[in-house]
Amino acid sequence: MNKPLVSIEHVHFKYEGQEEYALKDVSLQIYDGEWLAIVGHNGSGKSTLAKLLNGLQYPEKGRIQIGELELTEDTVWETRKLIGMVFQNPDNQFVGTTVQDDVAFGLENNGILREEMVERVENSLKQVQMEAFLQQEPHQLSGGQKQRVAIASVIALRPQIIVLDEATSMLDPRGREEVLNVIRELKEDHDMTVISITHDLEEAAKADRMIVLNRGQLYREGTPEEIFQLDEELVKLGLDIPFPVKISKMLREKGIPVSKSYLSEEALVAQLWTSHSGK
Amino acid sequence: MMDKMIFGRYIPAESPLHRMDPRSKLILVFAFVCVVFIANNAITYGILVVYTLFMVLSSKVPLHFLFGGLKLVFWLVLFTLILHLFFTKEGEIIFQWGWVTIYEEGLKKGIFISLRFFLLILMTSLLTLTTTPIEITDGIEILLDPLKRIKFPVHELALMMSISLRFIPTLMQETDKIMKAQTARGVEFSGGPVKERIKAIIPLLIPLFIGSFKRAEELAIAMEARGYRGGEGRTRYRQLRWGLVDTLMLLLLVVIAVALFFFRS
Ligand SMILES: Nc1ncnc2c1ncn2[C@@H]1O[C@H](COP(=O)(O)OP(=O)(O)OP(=O)(O)O)[C@@H](O)[C@H]1O
Ligand SMILES: [Mg+2]
Repeated sequence: MNKPLVSIEHVHFKYEGQEEYALKDVSLQIYDGEWLAIVGHNGSGKSTLAKLLNGLQYPEKGRIQIGELELTEDTVWETRKLIGMVFQNPDNQFVGTTVQDDVAFGLENNGILREEMVERVENSLKQVQMEAFLQQEPHQLSGGQKQRVAIASVIALRPQIIVLDEATSMLDPRGREEVLNVIRELKEDHDMTVISITHDLEEAAKADRMIVLNRGQLYREGTPEEIFQLDEELVKLGLDIPFPVKISKMLREKGIPVSKSYLSEEALVAQLWTSHSGK
Repeated sequence: MMDKMIFGRYIPAESPLHRMDPRSKLILVFAFVCVVFIANNAITYGILVVYTLFMVLSSKVPLHFLFGGLKLVFWLVLFTLILHLFFTKEGEIIFQWGWVTIYEEGLKKGIFISLRFFLLILMTSLLTLTTTPIEITDGIEILLDPLKRIKFPVHELALMMSISLRFIPTLMQETDKIMKAQTARGVEFSGGPVKERIKAIIPLLIPLFIGSFKRAEELAIAMEARGYRGGEGRTRYRQLRWGLVDTLMLLLLVVIAVALFFFRS
Protein backbone atom coordinates (compact mmCIF):
# COMPACT_ATOMS: atom_id res chain seq x y z
CA MET A 1 0.00 0.00 0.00
CA ASN A 2 2.81 2.40 -0.71
CA LYS A 3 3.25 3.05 -4.40
CA PRO A 4 0.16 4.45 -6.11
CA LEU A 5 -1.25 2.18 -8.80
CA VAL A 6 -3.37 4.91 -10.28
CA SER A 7 -2.67 8.55 -10.00
CA ILE A 8 -5.06 11.22 -11.16
CA GLU A 9 -3.57 14.67 -11.37
CA HIS A 10 -5.55 17.91 -11.67
CA VAL A 11 -8.13 16.44 -13.98
CA HIS A 12 -10.78 18.69 -15.51
CA PHE A 13 -13.58 17.32 -17.61
CA LYS A 14 -16.69 18.73 -19.26
CA TYR A 15 -19.27 16.85 -21.37
CA GLU A 16 -19.79 18.21 -24.84
CA GLY A 17 -22.43 20.91 -24.97
CA GLN A 18 -22.50 21.22 -21.18
CA GLU A 19 -21.81 24.45 -19.30
CA GLU A 20 -20.72 22.98 -15.98
CA TYR A 21 -17.57 20.99 -15.56
CA ALA A 22 -18.44 17.44 -14.49
CA LEU A 23 -15.00 17.21 -12.84
CA LYS A 24 -12.97 20.16 -11.60
CA ASP A 25 -9.32 19.85 -10.64
CA VAL A 26 -9.59 16.37 -9.20
CA SER A 27 -6.39 14.81 -7.90
CA LEU A 28 -6.17 11.50 -6.12
CA GLN A 29 -4.11 8.38 -5.75
CA ILE A 30 -5.28 4.81 -5.68
CA TYR A 31 -2.98 2.28 -4.03
CA ASP A 32 -2.30 -1.28 -4.92
CA GLY A 33 -4.57 -3.72 -3.08
CA GLU A 34 -6.85 -1.23 -1.37
CA TRP A 35 -10.64 -1.00 -1.34
CA LEU A 36 -11.58 2.56 -2.17
CA ALA A 37 -15.16 3.77 -1.84
CA ILE A 38 -16.28 6.84 -3.76
CA VAL A 39 -19.42 8.57 -2.52
CA GLY A 40 -21.21 11.75 -3.49
CA HIS A 41 -24.65 13.11 -4.37
CA ASN A 42 -26.35 12.36 -7.70
CA GLY A 43 -24.49 14.14 -10.47
CA SER A 44 -21.38 14.76 -8.40
CA GLY A 45 -19.21 13.18 -11.09
CA LYS A 46 -18.60 9.68 -9.77
CA SER A 47 -19.51 7.84 -12.96
CA THR A 48 -17.62 10.40 -14.99
CA LEU A 49 -14.50 9.68 -12.96
CA ALA A 50 -14.96 5.96 -13.61
CA LYS A 51 -15.32 6.58 -17.33
CA LEU A 52 -12.13 8.63 -17.38
CA LEU A 53 -10.27 5.82 -15.64
CA ASN A 54 -11.29 3.44 -18.38
CA GLY A 55 -10.56 5.80 -21.23
CA LEU A 56 -14.21 6.00 -22.22
CA GLN A 57 -13.73 9.77 -21.98
CA TYR A 58 -10.53 11.81 -21.90
CA PRO A 59 -9.72 14.65 -19.51
CA GLU A 60 -9.67 18.15 -20.90
CA LYS A 61 -6.80 19.08 -18.63
CA GLY A 62 -4.64 17.06 -16.26
CA ARG A 63 -3.28 13.54 -16.57
CA ILE A 64 -4.08 10.01 -15.48
CA GLN A 65 -1.35 7.48 -14.85
CA ILE A 66 -2.21 3.80 -14.59
CA GLY A 67 0.64 1.51 -13.55
CA GLU A 68 3.56 2.38 -15.78
CA LEU A 69 1.42 3.96 -18.48
CA GLU A 70 -0.04 7.39 -18.94
CA LEU A 71 -3.62 7.05 -20.14
CA THR A 72 -3.88 8.52 -23.64
CA GLU A 73 -5.64 7.54 -26.84
CA ASP A 74 -2.56 5.53 -27.81
CA THR A 75 -2.31 3.54 -24.61
CA VAL A 76 -6.01 3.15 -23.89
CA TRP A 77 -6.22 -0.45 -25.13
CA GLU A 78 -3.35 -1.41 -22.86
CA THR A 79 -4.65 0.40 -19.78
CA ARG A 80 -8.14 -0.98 -20.36
CA LYS A 81 -6.73 -4.45 -19.82
CA LEU A 82 -5.71 -3.40 -16.31
CA ILE A 83 -9.13 -2.12 -15.31
CA GLY A 84 -12.40 -4.03 -15.30
CA MET A 85 -15.71 -2.24 -14.95
CA VAL A 86 -19.02 -3.47 -13.59
CA PHE A 87 -21.93 -1.12 -14.22
CA GLN A 88 -25.22 -0.50 -12.52
CA ASN A 89 -27.81 -2.07 -14.79
CA PRO A 90 -27.44 -5.87 -14.91
CA ASP A 91 -29.25 -6.13 -18.24
CA ASN A 92 -27.44 -3.46 -20.18
CA GLN A 93 -24.00 -4.96 -19.80
CA PHE A 94 -24.92 -8.50 -20.76
CA VAL A 95 -23.70 -8.82 -24.34
CA GLY A 96 -23.77 -12.56 -25.01
CA THR A 97 -26.82 -14.69 -25.68
CA THR A 98 -25.83 -17.09 -22.91
CA VAL A 99 -23.77 -16.85 -19.72
CA GLN A 100 -20.70 -18.48 -21.27
CA ASP A 101 -20.89 -16.33 -24.40
CA ASP A 102 -21.05 -13.23 -22.26
CA VAL A 103 -17.94 -14.15 -20.31
CA ALA A 104 -16.21 -15.09 -23.57
CA PHE A 105 -17.05 -11.74 -25.21
CA GLY A 106 -14.20 -9.83 -23.58
CA LEU A 107 -11.78 -12.68 -24.26
CA GLU A 108 -12.77 -12.78 -27.93
CA ASN A 109 -12.14 -9.05 -28.15
CA ASN A 110 -8.64 -9.56 -26.84
CA GLY A 111 -7.88 -12.34 -29.30
CA ILE A 112 -7.39 -15.06 -26.68
CA LEU A 113 -7.04 -18.53 -28.19
CA ARG A 114 -10.05 -20.80 -27.90
CA GLU A 115 -8.54 -23.48 -25.66
CA GLU A 116 -7.57 -20.84 -23.15
CA MET A 117 -10.94 -19.13 -23.45
CA VAL A 118 -12.79 -22.31 -22.50
CA GLU A 119 -10.61 -22.67 -19.43
CA ARG A 120 -10.91 -19.05 -18.38
CA VAL A 121 -14.68 -18.95 -18.88
CA GLU A 122 -15.11 -21.98 -16.68
CA ASN A 123 -12.67 -20.73 -14.06
CA SER A 124 -14.08 -17.27 -13.69
CA LEU A 125 -17.65 -18.56 -13.51
CA LYS A 126 -16.55 -20.93 -10.78
CA GLN A 127 -15.13 -18.03 -8.81
CA VAL A 128 -18.49 -16.26 -8.76
CA GLN A 129 -20.36 -19.54 -8.13
CA MET A 130 -22.14 -19.44 -11.46
CA GLU A 131 -20.54 -22.48 -13.09
CA ALA A 132 -23.85 -24.32 -13.14
CA PHE A 133 -25.38 -21.68 -15.38
CA LEU A 134 -23.09 -21.89 -18.44
CA GLN A 135 -25.89 -22.33 -20.96
CA GLN A 136 -28.49 -20.08 -19.35
CA GLU A 137 -29.88 -17.06 -21.13
CA PRO A 138 -29.88 -13.67 -19.37
CA HIS A 139 -33.65 -13.44 -18.97
CA GLN A 140 -33.59 -16.64 -16.94
CA LEU A 141 -31.24 -15.12 -14.34
CA SER A 142 -31.88 -12.86 -11.35
CA GLY A 143 -30.28 -9.43 -11.16
CA GLY A 144 -27.70 -10.63 -8.66
CA GLN A 145 -26.80 -13.59 -10.85
CA LYS A 146 -26.40 -11.31 -13.86
CA GLN A 147 -24.10 -9.04 -11.86
CA ARG A 148 -22.03 -12.04 -10.85
CA VAL A 149 -21.73 -12.98 -14.52
CA ALA A 150 -20.63 -9.41 -15.22
CA ILE A 151 -17.95 -9.82 -12.55
CA ALA A 152 -16.89 -13.13 -14.06
CA SER A 153 -16.58 -11.42 -17.46
CA VAL A 154 -14.33 -8.84 -15.87
CA ILE A 155 -12.08 -11.22 -13.95
CA ALA A 156 -11.75 -13.51 -16.99
CA LEU A 157 -9.64 -10.66 -18.39
CA ARG A 158 -7.45 -10.70 -15.25
CA PRO A 159 -7.43 -6.99 -14.47
CA GLN A 160 -5.54 -5.50 -11.52
CA ILE A 161 -8.29 -3.06 -10.70
CA ILE A 162 -12.02 -3.60 -10.62
CA VAL A 163 -14.34 -0.60 -10.71
CA LEU A 164 -17.90 -1.07 -9.47
CA ASP A 165 -20.16 1.78 -10.56
CA GLU A 166 -23.17 1.29 -8.28
CA ALA A 167 -22.99 -2.36 -9.24
CA THR A 168 -25.26 -3.44 -6.41
CA SER A 169 -27.77 -0.59 -6.40
CA MET A 170 -30.40 -2.39 -8.46
CA LEU A 171 -30.26 -5.56 -6.38
CA ASP A 172 -32.23 -6.68 -3.36
CA PRO A 173 -30.32 -6.98 -0.04
CA ARG A 174 -29.57 -10.64 -0.61
CA GLY A 175 -28.29 -10.14 -4.16
CA ARG A 176 -26.21 -7.22 -2.91
CA GLU A 177 -24.63 -9.29 -0.16
CA GLU A 178 -23.87 -12.12 -2.61
CA VAL A 179 -22.17 -9.80 -5.05
CA LEU A 180 -20.14 -7.99 -2.38
CA ASN A 181 -19.00 -11.27 -0.87
CA VAL A 182 -17.82 -12.47 -4.25
CA ILE A 183 -15.85 -9.25 -4.69
CA ARG A 184 -14.31 -9.54 -1.23
CA GLU A 185 -13.17 -13.08 -1.94
CA LEU A 186 -11.71 -12.15 -5.29
CA LYS A 187 -9.87 -9.24 -3.77
CA GLU A 188 -8.32 -11.54 -1.16
CA ASP A 189 -7.42 -14.28 -3.64
CA HIS A 190 -5.96 -12.11 -6.38
CA ASP A 191 -4.72 -9.03 -4.54
CA MET A 192 -7.02 -6.91 -6.61
CA THR A 193 -7.67 -3.26 -6.10
CA VAL A 194 -11.34 -2.37 -5.79
CA ILE A 195 -12.86 1.01 -6.53
CA SER A 196 -16.47 1.00 -5.45
CA ILE A 197 -18.78 3.84 -6.36
CA THR A 198 -21.78 3.56 -4.09
CA HIS A 199 -24.70 5.19 -2.38
CA ASP A 200 -24.75 2.43 0.21
CA LEU A 201 -22.94 3.90 3.19
CA GLU A 202 -22.88 0.66 5.15
CA GLU A 203 -20.89 -0.75 2.25
CA ALA A 204 -18.64 2.30 2.06
CA ALA A 205 -17.99 1.99 5.79
CA LYS A 206 -16.26 -1.31 5.14
CA ALA A 207 -13.80 0.19 2.67
CA ASP A 208 -10.15 0.90 3.47
CA ARG A 209 -10.46 4.47 2.34
CA MET A 210 -13.20 6.82 1.22
CA ILE A 211 -13.46 9.71 -1.18
CA VAL A 212 -16.27 12.23 -1.11
CA LEU A 213 -17.07 14.06 -4.32
CA ASN A 214 -19.16 17.21 -4.34
CA ARG A 215 -20.19 19.02 -7.52
CA GLY A 216 -17.31 17.59 -9.50
CA GLN A 217 -14.70 18.40 -6.86
CA LEU A 218 -12.88 16.25 -4.40
CA TYR A 219 -14.44 17.26 -1.11
CA ARG A 220 -12.65 15.00 1.36
CA GLU A 221 -10.64 11.85 1.52
CA GLY A 222 -9.90 9.65 4.51
CA THR A 223 -10.72 6.46 6.33
CA PRO A 224 -14.42 5.71 6.84
CA GLU A 225 -14.05 6.69 10.52
CA GLU A 226 -12.66 10.08 9.56
CA ILE A 227 -15.29 10.66 6.90
CA PHE A 228 -18.26 9.76 9.06
CA GLN A 229 -17.00 12.09 11.80
CA LEU A 230 -18.03 14.86 9.41
CA ASP A 231 -21.59 14.05 10.31
CA GLU A 232 -23.69 17.17 9.64
CA GLU A 233 -21.40 18.21 6.81
CA LEU A 234 -22.18 14.99 4.97
CA VAL A 235 -25.88 15.57 5.39
CA LYS A 236 -25.46 19.02 3.87
CA LEU A 237 -23.77 17.42 0.85
CA GLY A 238 -26.87 15.34 0.32
CA LEU A 239 -25.39 12.21 1.87
CA ASP A 240 -26.51 10.23 4.83
CA ILE A 241 -24.55 8.60 7.64
CA PRO A 242 -24.69 4.91 8.53
CA PHE A 243 -27.25 3.84 11.06
CA PRO A 244 -24.81 2.76 13.86
CA VAL A 245 -23.00 6.11 13.60
CA LYS A 246 -26.30 7.92 13.94
CA ILE A 247 -27.32 5.83 16.95
CA SER A 248 -24.02 6.30 18.78
CA LYS A 249 -24.25 10.03 18.22
CA MET A 250 -27.78 10.14 19.63
CA LEU A 251 -26.74 7.98 22.61
CA ARG A 252 -23.91 10.37 23.35
CA GLU A 253 -26.35 13.29 23.23
CA LYS A 254 -28.43 11.47 25.83
CA GLY A 255 -25.41 11.25 28.06
CA ILE A 256 -24.67 7.59 27.51
CA PRO A 257 -20.90 7.22 27.22
CA VAL A 258 -20.25 5.60 23.85
CA SER A 259 -16.56 6.21 23.29
CA LYS A 260 -16.40 6.59 19.51
CA SER A 261 -18.65 6.44 16.50
CA TYR A 262 -19.05 2.82 15.58
CA LEU A 263 -19.23 1.92 11.93
CA SER A 264 -20.71 -1.52 12.37
CA GLU A 265 -23.72 -2.58 14.32
CA GLU A 266 -21.84 -5.49 15.91
CA ALA A 267 -19.11 -3.25 17.35
CA LEU A 268 -21.68 -0.85 18.77
CA VAL A 269 -23.71 -3.66 20.32
CA ALA A 270 -20.54 -5.15 21.80
CA GLN A 271 -19.65 -1.85 23.44
CA LEU A 272 -23.19 -1.36 24.78
CA TRP A 273 -23.66 -4.74 26.40
CA THR A 274 -20.26 -4.69 28.06
CA SER A 275 -20.45 -1.04 29.13
CA HIS A 276 -21.62 -1.81 32.67
CA SER A 277 -19.37 -4.75 33.41
CA GLY A 278 -16.36 -2.51 32.77
CA LYS A 279 -17.18 -0.36 35.80
CA MET B 1 -51.80 -17.74 -31.05
CA MET B 2 -48.16 -17.02 -30.14
CA ASP B 3 -47.75 -20.51 -28.73
CA LYS B 4 -48.81 -22.09 -31.98
CA MET B 5 -46.51 -20.07 -34.20
CA ILE B 6 -43.57 -22.16 -35.27
CA PHE B 7 -41.65 -19.67 -37.35
CA GLY B 8 -38.41 -18.83 -35.63
CA ARG B 9 -39.03 -21.31 -32.83
CA TYR B 10 -36.36 -23.76 -31.77
CA ILE B 11 -37.31 -27.22 -30.49
CA PRO B 12 -34.44 -28.82 -28.59
CA ALA B 13 -33.97 -32.52 -29.36
CA GLU B 14 -31.31 -35.09 -30.12
CA SER B 15 -31.55 -35.73 -33.83
CA PRO B 16 -29.26 -35.92 -36.86
CA LEU B 17 -30.68 -32.61 -38.03
CA HIS B 18 -29.99 -30.98 -34.67
CA ARG B 19 -26.45 -32.28 -34.78
CA MET B 20 -25.81 -30.83 -38.22
CA ASP B 21 -23.58 -27.82 -38.68
CA PRO B 22 -25.66 -24.66 -39.25
CA ARG B 23 -23.56 -23.95 -42.34
CA SER B 24 -24.55 -27.19 -44.00
CA LYS B 25 -28.18 -26.68 -43.03
CA LEU B 26 -28.20 -23.21 -44.55
CA ILE B 27 -26.59 -24.51 -47.74
CA LEU B 28 -29.02 -27.41 -47.80
CA VAL B 29 -32.12 -25.24 -47.52
CA PHE B 30 -30.80 -22.80 -50.08
CA ALA B 31 -30.02 -25.65 -52.49
CA PHE B 32 -33.40 -27.22 -51.83
CA VAL B 33 -35.12 -24.00 -52.86
CA CYS B 34 -33.43 -24.36 -56.27
CA VAL B 35 -33.87 -28.12 -56.56
CA VAL B 36 -37.61 -27.90 -55.99
CA PHE B 37 -38.00 -26.12 -59.29
CA ILE B 38 -36.58 -29.05 -61.24
CA ALA B 39 -39.65 -31.19 -60.52
CA ASN B 40 -42.39 -31.04 -63.12
CA ASN B 41 -44.32 -34.31 -63.08
CA ALA B 42 -45.86 -36.82 -60.71
CA ILE B 43 -42.72 -38.95 -60.27
CA THR B 44 -40.42 -36.02 -59.54
CA TYR B 45 -42.85 -34.44 -57.09
CA GLY B 46 -43.25 -37.86 -55.51
CA ILE B 47 -39.48 -38.04 -54.96
CA LEU B 48 -39.50 -34.59 -53.35
CA VAL B 49 -42.36 -35.50 -51.02
CA VAL B 50 -40.58 -38.66 -49.90
CA TYR B 51 -37.35 -36.72 -49.37
CA THR B 52 -39.07 -34.01 -47.31
CA LEU B 53 -40.88 -36.62 -45.23
CA PHE B 54 -37.55 -38.30 -44.59
CA MET B 55 -36.12 -34.97 -43.39
CA VAL B 56 -39.14 -34.28 -41.18
CA LEU B 57 -38.85 -37.68 -39.55
CA SER B 58 -35.12 -37.40 -39.00
CA SER B 59 -35.61 -34.02 -37.29
CA LYS B 60 -37.61 -35.66 -34.46
CA VAL B 61 -39.82 -32.58 -34.26
CA PRO B 62 -43.22 -33.85 -33.01
CA LEU B 63 -45.51 -34.14 -36.05
CA HIS B 64 -48.59 -32.75 -34.36
CA PHE B 65 -46.53 -29.73 -33.37
CA LEU B 66 -45.15 -29.22 -36.85
CA PHE B 67 -48.45 -29.56 -38.69
CA GLY B 68 -50.41 -27.80 -35.97
CA GLY B 69 -48.08 -24.84 -36.40
CA LEU B 70 -48.53 -24.84 -40.15
CA LYS B 71 -52.33 -24.48 -40.07
CA LEU B 72 -52.22 -21.00 -41.49
CA VAL B 73 -49.99 -22.26 -44.28
CA PHE B 74 -52.51 -25.01 -45.09
CA TRP B 75 -55.12 -22.37 -45.76
CA LEU B 76 -52.75 -20.48 -48.03
CA VAL B 77 -51.93 -23.66 -49.91
CA LEU B 78 -55.61 -24.46 -50.30
CA PHE B 79 -56.21 -20.95 -51.58
CA THR B 80 -53.51 -21.32 -54.28
CA LEU B 81 -54.99 -24.65 -55.26
CA ILE B 82 -58.47 -23.19 -55.70
CA LEU B 83 -57.15 -20.24 -57.67
CA HIS B 84 -55.46 -22.60 -60.10
CA LEU B 85 -58.51 -24.83 -60.37
CA PHE B 86 -60.68 -21.97 -61.47
CA PHE B 87 -58.37 -19.87 -63.55
CA THR B 88 -56.31 -22.32 -65.60
CA LYS B 89 -58.28 -23.17 -68.72
CA GLU B 90 -56.13 -25.72 -70.52
CA GLY B 91 -56.41 -29.41 -71.30
CA GLU B 92 -59.52 -31.50 -71.10
CA ILE B 93 -62.56 -30.72 -69.04
CA ILE B 94 -62.78 -33.18 -66.20
CA PHE B 95 -65.63 -31.71 -64.23
CA GLN B 96 -68.51 -29.41 -65.03
CA TRP B 97 -71.33 -28.23 -62.84
CA GLY B 98 -73.26 -25.10 -63.62
CA TRP B 99 -70.75 -22.36 -64.34
CA VAL B 100 -67.92 -24.22 -62.59
CA THR B 101 -65.59 -25.92 -65.05
CA ILE B 102 -62.40 -27.63 -63.99
CA TYR B 103 -59.75 -28.49 -66.52
CA GLU B 104 -57.16 -31.23 -66.27
CA GLU B 105 -54.22 -28.83 -66.51
CA GLY B 106 -55.71 -26.66 -63.79
CA LEU B 107 -55.90 -29.57 -61.41
CA LYS B 108 -52.35 -30.67 -62.19
CA LYS B 109 -50.80 -27.22 -61.96
CA GLY B 110 -52.76 -26.42 -58.83
CA ILE B 111 -51.58 -29.51 -57.05
CA PHE B 112 -47.96 -29.14 -58.16
CA ILE B 113 -47.63 -25.48 -57.28
CA SER B 114 -49.26 -25.79 -53.88
CA LEU B 115 -47.14 -28.82 -53.18
CA ARG B 116 -43.99 -26.92 -54.10
CA PHE B 117 -44.99 -24.05 -51.87
CA PHE B 118 -45.77 -26.41 -49.01
CA LEU B 119 -42.48 -28.31 -49.28
CA LEU B 120 -40.50 -25.08 -49.26
CA ILE B 121 -42.22 -23.87 -46.11
CA LEU B 122 -41.71 -27.24 -44.47
CA MET B 123 -37.98 -27.31 -45.18
CA THR B 124 -37.35 -23.74 -44.01
CA SER B 125 -39.35 -24.44 -40.84
CA LEU B 126 -37.19 -27.47 -40.23
CA LEU B 127 -34.11 -25.26 -40.40
CA THR B 128 -35.32 -22.89 -37.70
CA LEU B 129 -36.88 -25.65 -35.61
CA THR B 130 -33.63 -27.59 -35.34
CA THR B 131 -31.12 -24.71 -35.19
CA THR B 132 -30.80 -22.11 -32.45
CA PRO B 133 -30.93 -18.52 -33.72
CA ILE B 134 -27.39 -17.94 -32.55
CA GLU B 135 -26.18 -20.97 -34.53
CA ILE B 136 -27.89 -19.59 -37.61
CA THR B 137 -26.15 -16.27 -36.99
CA ASP B 138 -22.77 -17.99 -36.66
CA GLY B 139 -23.45 -20.02 -39.79
CA ILE B 140 -24.33 -16.93 -41.80
CA GLU B 141 -21.29 -15.06 -40.50
CA ILE B 142 -18.89 -17.79 -41.58
CA LEU B 143 -20.59 -18.49 -44.89
CA LEU B 144 -20.52 -14.81 -45.80
CA ASP B 145 -16.92 -14.42 -44.67
CA PRO B 146 -15.55 -14.04 -48.22
CA LEU B 147 -17.71 -10.91 -48.61
CA LYS B 148 -15.46 -9.16 -46.08
CA ARG B 149 -12.99 -8.71 -48.91
CA ILE B 150 -15.39 -6.37 -50.67
CA LYS B 151 -15.83 -4.48 -47.36
CA PHE B 152 -19.24 -5.95 -46.62
CA PRO B 153 -19.71 -5.61 -42.81
CA VAL B 154 -20.28 -9.30 -42.11
CA HIS B 155 -19.03 -9.29 -38.52
CA GLU B 156 -21.01 -6.19 -37.63
CA LEU B 157 -24.22 -7.63 -39.07
CA ALA B 158 -23.75 -10.89 -37.21
CA LEU B 159 -23.07 -9.03 -33.96
CA MET B 160 -26.18 -6.92 -34.52
CA MET B 161 -28.22 -10.05 -35.06
CA SER B 162 -26.91 -11.76 -31.96
CA ILE B 163 -27.48 -8.68 -29.80
CA SER B 164 -31.02 -8.33 -31.11
CA LEU B 165 -31.64 -11.99 -30.31
CA ARG B 166 -30.29 -11.48 -26.82
CA PHE B 167 -32.53 -8.48 -26.19
CA ILE B 168 -35.82 -9.84 -27.54
CA PRO B 169 -36.85 -11.49 -24.24
CA THR B 170 -35.62 -8.47 -22.28
CA LEU B 171 -37.73 -6.11 -24.38
CA MET B 172 -40.72 -8.43 -24.06
CA GLN B 173 -40.41 -8.26 -20.28
CA GLU B 174 -40.09 -4.51 -20.47
CA THR B 175 -43.16 -4.20 -22.71
CA ASP B 176 -45.10 -6.20 -20.20
CA LYS B 177 -43.92 -3.96 -17.37
CA ILE B 178 -44.80 -0.75 -19.22
CA MET B 179 -48.20 -2.15 -20.14
CA LYS B 180 -48.94 -2.83 -16.50
CA ALA B 181 -47.71 0.61 -15.49
CA GLN B 182 -49.87 2.30 -18.13
CA THR B 183 -52.88 0.15 -17.29
CA ALA B 184 -52.51 1.36 -13.71
CA ARG B 185 -52.72 4.90 -15.13
CA GLY B 186 -55.98 4.08 -16.88
CA VAL B 187 -54.85 3.18 -20.41
CA GLU B 188 -56.89 0.34 -21.89
CA PHE B 189 -54.99 -2.01 -24.16
CA SER B 190 -57.68 -4.60 -24.76
CA GLY B 191 -61.23 -3.88 -25.75
CA GLY B 192 -62.68 -0.63 -26.99
CA PRO B 193 -62.90 0.56 -30.58
CA VAL B 194 -59.93 0.03 -32.90
CA LYS B 195 -59.13 3.72 -33.00
CA GLU B 196 -58.82 3.83 -29.21
CA ARG B 197 -56.69 0.74 -29.17
CA ILE B 198 -54.26 2.16 -31.71
CA LYS B 199 -54.04 5.31 -29.63
CA ALA B 200 -53.23 3.18 -26.59
CA ILE B 201 -50.13 1.85 -28.33
CA ILE B 202 -48.45 5.27 -28.21
CA PRO B 203 -47.94 5.39 -24.44
CA LEU B 204 -46.49 1.92 -24.80
CA LEU B 205 -44.11 2.61 -27.67
CA ILE B 206 -42.63 5.87 -26.45
CA PRO B 207 -41.24 4.58 -23.13
CA LEU B 208 -40.10 1.44 -24.92
CA PHE B 209 -38.17 3.48 -27.48
CA ILE B 210 -36.59 5.80 -24.96
CA GLY B 211 -35.65 2.84 -22.81
CA SER B 212 -34.07 1.09 -25.77
CA PHE B 213 -31.90 4.07 -26.65
CA LYS B 214 -30.64 4.24 -23.10
CA ARG B 215 -29.94 0.52 -23.18
CA ALA B 216 -28.08 0.84 -26.46
CA GLU B 217 -25.86 3.58 -25.09
CA GLU B 218 -25.04 1.72 -21.91
CA LEU B 219 -24.43 -1.49 -23.79
CA ALA B 220 -22.03 0.27 -26.16
CA ILE B 221 -20.06 1.62 -23.18
CA ALA B 222 -20.00 -1.80 -21.51
CA MET B 223 -18.77 -3.39 -24.74
CA GLU B 224 -16.02 -0.86 -25.18
CA ALA B 225 -14.97 -1.24 -21.56
CA ARG B 226 -14.50 -4.95 -22.24
CA GLY B 227 -12.15 -4.19 -25.07
CA TYR B 228 -14.46 -4.39 -28.09
CA ARG B 229 -12.86 -2.67 -31.07
CA GLY B 230 -14.52 -4.23 -34.09
CA GLY B 231 -14.05 -7.56 -35.78
CA GLU B 232 -10.32 -7.21 -36.38
CA GLY B 233 -8.15 -9.57 -34.36
CA ARG B 234 -11.07 -11.21 -32.59
CA THR B 235 -11.12 -14.90 -31.85
CA ARG B 236 -14.24 -17.06 -31.69
CA TYR B 237 -15.57 -18.88 -28.66
CA ARG B 238 -18.42 -20.76 -30.28
CA GLN B 239 -17.17 -23.29 -32.77
CA LEU B 240 -18.91 -24.94 -35.67
CA ARG B 241 -18.09 -28.53 -36.52
CA TRP B 242 -18.59 -30.06 -39.92
CA GLY B 243 -19.27 -33.74 -39.41
CA LEU B 244 -20.04 -36.84 -41.45
CA VAL B 245 -23.80 -36.15 -41.19
CA ASP B 246 -23.30 -32.84 -42.95
CA THR B 247 -21.47 -34.34 -45.89
CA LEU B 248 -23.96 -37.20 -46.17
CA MET B 249 -26.97 -34.89 -46.08
CA LEU B 250 -25.56 -32.69 -48.82
CA LEU B 251 -24.69 -35.76 -50.91
CA LEU B 252 -28.24 -37.01 -50.47
CA LEU B 253 -29.59 -33.79 -51.88
CA VAL B 254 -27.22 -34.05 -54.84
CA VAL B 255 -28.51 -37.57 -55.50
CA ILE B 256 -32.09 -36.30 -55.31
CA ALA B 257 -31.31 -33.50 -57.76
CA VAL B 258 -29.77 -35.95 -60.24
CA ALA B 259 -32.78 -38.25 -59.92
CA LEU B 260 -35.10 -35.32 -60.57
CA PHE B 261 -33.23 -34.41 -63.75
CA PHE B 262 -33.47 -38.01 -64.84
CA PHE B 263 -37.21 -38.41 -64.29
CA ARG B 264 -38.46 -34.96 -65.26
CA SER B 265 -40.43 -34.70 -68.45
N1 LIG C 1 -23.55 11.68 -21.28
C1 LIG C 1 -23.62 12.87 -20.68
N2 LIG C 1 -23.78 14.00 -21.41
C2 LIG C 1 -23.84 15.20 -20.81
N3 LIG C 1 -23.76 15.40 -19.50
C3 LIG C 1 -23.60 14.33 -18.72
C4 LIG C 1 -23.53 13.01 -19.26
N4 LIG C 1 -23.36 12.14 -18.25
C5 LIG C 1 -23.34 12.87 -17.12
N5 LIG C 1 -23.47 14.19 -17.38
C6 LIG C 1 -23.46 15.27 -16.39
O1 LIG C 1 -22.24 15.21 -15.71
C7 LIG C 1 -22.44 15.42 -14.32
C8 LIG C 1 -21.85 14.27 -13.52
O2 LIG C 1 -22.54 13.08 -13.84
P1 LIG C 1 -22.17 11.65 -13.30
O3 LIG C 1 -22.95 10.67 -14.09
O4 LIG C 1 -20.70 11.50 -13.28
O5 LIG C 1 -22.73 11.70 -11.81
P2 LIG C 1 -22.76 10.58 -10.71
O6 LIG C 1 -22.00 11.07 -9.55
O7 LIG C 1 -22.36 9.28 -11.28
O8 LIG C 1 -24.30 10.56 -10.33
P3 LIG C 1 -25.24 9.34 -9.92
O9 LIG C 1 -25.08 9.15 -8.45
O10 LIG C 1 -26.60 9.84 -10.24
O11 LIG C 1 -24.84 8.16 -10.72
C9 LIG C 1 -23.92 15.60 -14.11
O12 LIG C 1 -24.17 16.96 -13.95
C10 LIG C 1 -24.55 15.07 -15.36
O13 LIG C 1 -25.68 15.81 -15.69
MG1 LIG D 1 -23.37 7.40 -11.71
